[in-house]
Amino acid sequence: MVQKIIVPIVAVLIFLVFWELLVWINGWPNYKMASPSDLWPAFWKFRELFFVMGWDTLWRTVVGLMLAVVVGVAFGMIMGFSRIMRDALYPLLVGFNAIPKATVVPIVALMFVGAHDFNTILIAFMISFFPIAVSVSIGLSTLEPEYRDILRSLGASRMTIFWKIALPKTLPEFFGALKVAVTLAFIGTNLMEIVSPHGKGLGALFDSGKTSSDYPLMFAVLIALGFLGIFLYYIVVALEKTFASWAERESQ
Amino acid sequence: MEDGLIEIKGVTHSYSTQSGPLPVLKDLNISVPEGGFVAVVGPSGCGKSTLTRLIAGLMKPNAGDVKLHGEVVTSPRSSVGMAFQNPVLLEWRSILRNVLLPVEIVPTKMSRSQAEDRARRLLKLVGLQGFEDKRPSELSGGMRQRASLCRALIHQPEVLILDEPFGALDAFTREDLWQIMHRLRIEEPFTGILITHDLRESIFLADEVFVMSGRPAHTQFRLTVPKTDGPRELTQLYGHEAVEMLATLRHQIEIAQGRFPGEDKKVGI
Ligand SMILES: Nc1ncnc2c1ncn2[C@@H]1O[C@H](COP(=O)(O)OP(=O)(O)O)[C@@H](O)[C@H]1O
Ligand SMILES: [Mg+2]
Repeated sequence: MVQKIIVPIVAVLIFLVFWELLVWINGWPNYKMASPSDLWPAFWKFRELFFVMGWDTLWRTVVGLMLAVVVGVAFGMIMGFSRIMRDALYPLLVGFNAIPKATVVPIVALMFVGAHDFNTILIAFMISFFPIAVSVSIGLSTLEPEYRDILRSLGASRMTIFWKIALPKTLPEFFGALKVAVTLAFIGTNLMEIVSPHGKGLGALFDSGKTSSDYPLMFAVLIALGFLGIFLYYIVVALEKTFASWAERESQ
Repeated sequence: MEDGLIEIKGVTHSYSTQSGPLPVLKDLNISVPEGGFVAVVGPSGCGKSTLTRLIAGLMKPNAGDVKLHGEVVTSPRSSVGMAFQNPVLLEWRSILRNVLLPVEIVPTKMSRSQAEDRARRLLKLVGLQGFEDKRPSELSGGMRQRASLCRALIHQPEVLILDEPFGALDAFTREDLWQIMHRLRIEEPFTGILITHDLRESIFLADEVFVMSGRPAHTQFRLTVPKTDGPRELTQLYGHEAVEMLATLRHQIEIAQGRFPGEDKKVGI
């Protein structure tokens, strides 16, 4: 327990000291490379903006991700239950996923100029729904026929089979995909925030730091994004622990 | 004549595959009287699992009838319990809640607490007392199979369908489970059909053994196992009578596989 807490903290502290030393030894000015001791003043100077922008980034990521969950699960179910639909949709999804989203961002930004929230949520959604759809469809289509037969032989409906067996059995795969998806959605949000002119969110704050060559601000944004990313990731981990903790024991 | 509780009459079935229809069953006849326990043996891939799916109403045969109580089976019915070689327990449920799964699906006269009492009683009967709250992964293969038997029986089915339930177990565990099957039959009367590839298992557990021919399968041979006073003993399997029955079945299986032992010998020399 002590080890779990102390060791990471010490590691982070050593890392910060090295960073500070590196900047100090090379005599880098602020506009070339910020040092850790510059970060806190930068954060404090813009603290209100950090919270407002941080909130914008957070809620849009979460809404985009939730949209991805709804649409991804729907696609996953369609492809998981129907062979024909899987054959039809899979190439489309793969093709769509193969397009680097960095190229889609400016297009979407131009398509819906000024609709910042909509744009950002759309990109967060587009970038993150693919792993969810694939994992759910694989989870459902690889359900052993005996599992289905056990309930079907008792006269259970498709819906009952889905709720009692298919859905819970897919949860571990689903949460695995959600961990990937939450990171992707976060990247999507930031891409859009950085690209949109006069945008909102931490990405926009980063961009304004870049425009005014305020390196400490840019680094402070990076650190804030890191914290937000960790926060989102562990929310998913907590959900997984609540709803699919049995899978952990199974794999041990 | 409708004498059997399970009546399989002239059942013919084929699957449609990419390379055309695959005939699996051809004019199969099997009859199981009420309270009877029948074993079905046959070469692998001859259609035994297909037969269980037809009895369970999961599929309809192309021709012929599967009847339960004289009624043609066209869809699954709640008076059937099933167990497979794979115990298919749900990992996110405790053993007790796994056993209770069927009563969440089929309409029963039991209240929740009555069902739970019954589940505990069945688990005790198969020697799983104290494991009610464990997860399936915490149990051995034989114990999981016992739990799966309890689940097949929890809703008091008239018909128990067992598709090679002991096939994946080691010999000693399997013999344990044979004895548990005898105990269950006394305590929980059911009409049963057991698919197996173990000839000793078939004559130890069943009143009658049907040999299915190679694909497309028909009823090739039928052996009646003499009744014993009281439950059978494992030692009887080594008796003269048992050895003779096993030899007969062995011979029939070889015919079903398309091999004729007499000619084999000549080729061997
Ligand atoms: N759903 C299916 N579609 C096509 N062929 C099948 C299907 N299920 C089983 N078969 C084929 O039918 C034959 C009989 O299968 P099965 O009843 O499982 O045999 P057994 O249980 O006796 O080993 C096998 O050759 C198998 O490959
Ligand atoms: Mg089989």
